Amino acid sequence: MAKKRTLRGEVAIAGIGETTYYKHGQSPDAQFKLTLKAILAAAEDAGIDPREIDGIASYADDKNPPDRVAAALGMKQLRFSNMVWGGGGGGGSGAVGNAAAAIHAGFADCVVVYRGLAQGQGARFGSAAHYPTSLAGEAATWIPYGVMSPAQIFAMRTTRLMFEHGIERSTMRSVAMAAYHHAQNNPRAVMHGRPLDEEGYDNSRWITEPFRLFDCCLENDGAAALILVPADRAKDLKQKPCYLLGSAQGAEYRSGAGGHNNPDYATSSFKTVGPNLFEMAELGPKDVDVVQSYENFTGAVVMSLIEHGFCTYEEANEFITFENLIADGGKLPLNTSGGNLAECYMHGLELNIEAVRQIRGTSPNPVAGAEVAFVNSGPMVTPATNMIVGSEATL
Amino acid sequence: MSSDSVLPAGLPTPTPLPDGLDAPYWEATQRHELVAQRCSDCRGWQWTAEYLCHRCHSFEMGFEAIPGDAKVFSWQRPHHPVHPALKAACPYVVVLIEFPDADGIRMVGNLVDPPEGDIPIGAPVDPVFENHAEGPNGEPAYTLVQWKLRD
Repeated sequence: MAKKRTLRGEVAIAGIGETTYYKHGQSPDAQFKLTLKAILAAAEDAGIDPREIDGIASYADDKNPPDRVAAALGMKQLRFSNMVWGGGGGGGSGAVGNAAAAIHAGFADCVVVYRGLAQGQGARFGSAAHYPTSLAGEAATWIPYGVMSPAQIFAMRTTRLMFEHGIERSTMRSVAMAAYHHAQNNPRAVMHGRPLDEEGYDNSRWITEPFRLFDCCLENDGAAALILVPADRAKDLKQKPCYLLGSAQGAEYRSGAGGHNNPDYATSSFKTVGPNLFEMAELGPKDVDVVQSYENFTGAVVMSLIEHGFCTYEEANEFITFENLIADGGKLPLNTSGGNLAECYMHGLELNIEAVRQIRGTSPNPVAGAEVAFVNSGPMVTPATNMIVGSEATL
Repeated sequence: MSSDSVLPAGLPTPTPLPDGLDAPYWEATQRHELVAQRCSDCRGWQWTAEYLCHRCHSFEMGFEAIPGDAKVFSWQRPHHPVHPALKAACPYVVVLIEFPDADGIRMVGNLVDPPEGDIPIGAPVDPVFENHAEGPNGEPAYTLVQWKLRD
């Protein structure tokens, strides 16, 4: 019988680093400087000389190229550089998976995954003011109709989710309120000191129906980085090792069909990627202690939780409640640093970092006894990606 | 620019791909005809335009008039203007239209004279062809396909 091909337990996340997170346009530092700061912080956290990093992995839209990073850091050599395709934050967990695959395959020994993002210095994701005056191809079939921002591109999937499965607005509200609740214990969070209650959500302005303001991610400046090493090396480093148990990438059949023609429309692209992840991790959704689920929009979080099997469509309204989503006693603690809605929109990489903190026990909202943490990145984009990490006890 | 267009001038305008892949669609809209790609071999419908039939892998893709009803499949109502040209146009309604008799292909458009509140999913709609003249920078004339709820 052929040897099973898997990353389970082969590689560990040894270091995590973040800059201060800013509202968009408020970073005093250039985007590339932010990126370097986050990488150096992750190396310091791991207790690794940053010159020893020999591999770089990121995901689409990152504007901080690996050659410049390697040169700026004085890396002794660059042995691996890689980027997940796709837009926005779909590739965050996949970049961690690619970094681990490179280490396991022998391409590199110490790989950094990063995202540097200063929307004040580049184009804001929520604005289409910089679009060309004319365009061709698939996008020409929807942009001229005023479908331009990510919220507008994904809103109709959520309308359809609500129609097909009876998902209620209060279910999406719970996702937003849990994120804001967790951000109140996280001094790094951009929305620290800005709690959100039901009334605040219900009275917030429409961005595009069915999304209100608080259904939508923030726009921020900052950078985040994770450093991966072989599992056996991680034991000798500064931090409690956090092992990668699995990672998966992609989307279901014709998910990327143009002009909103993906056959299964109201999905977050995880119907196949979810099961593939759990197969590699040799775990099921019931084994997960804490969930970090990328919030571009709350409706996508609901889809993603269902598609990963944390509940069914029928159970969603009763299960995805504020009480169930909070770290202090909830059945499925969600986005325990505040996530994209309330900590920082670092294209989701802050969620991967929070998963590591949960395994270390250093989260601002620690889940008691957390051994298995789940992350998904970029629901509704293609490719979407995910990962599961665990403590030594899970190996 | 049509005086009664759903959205004002200034948004990105559509142009056919230089190699002609989707040119028959845009040319048909200017004749006020709605067509989509149909495989000359397996006769399956496909949208948006692609070089290859995803079912039978034939490259012989033609364009034919879409048969049967058009129905609202999903919708949204943007309130926040994400483009300067939309500042005076919000809110407006975007609909995703499904063609059940053409293998369920879908097209995006705007709803003309939308009702208040929720848009009825599944409701039949008819196309409204919206002509736009040549743009100030030489952008070619084009026609958008909008939708109207059937009375």
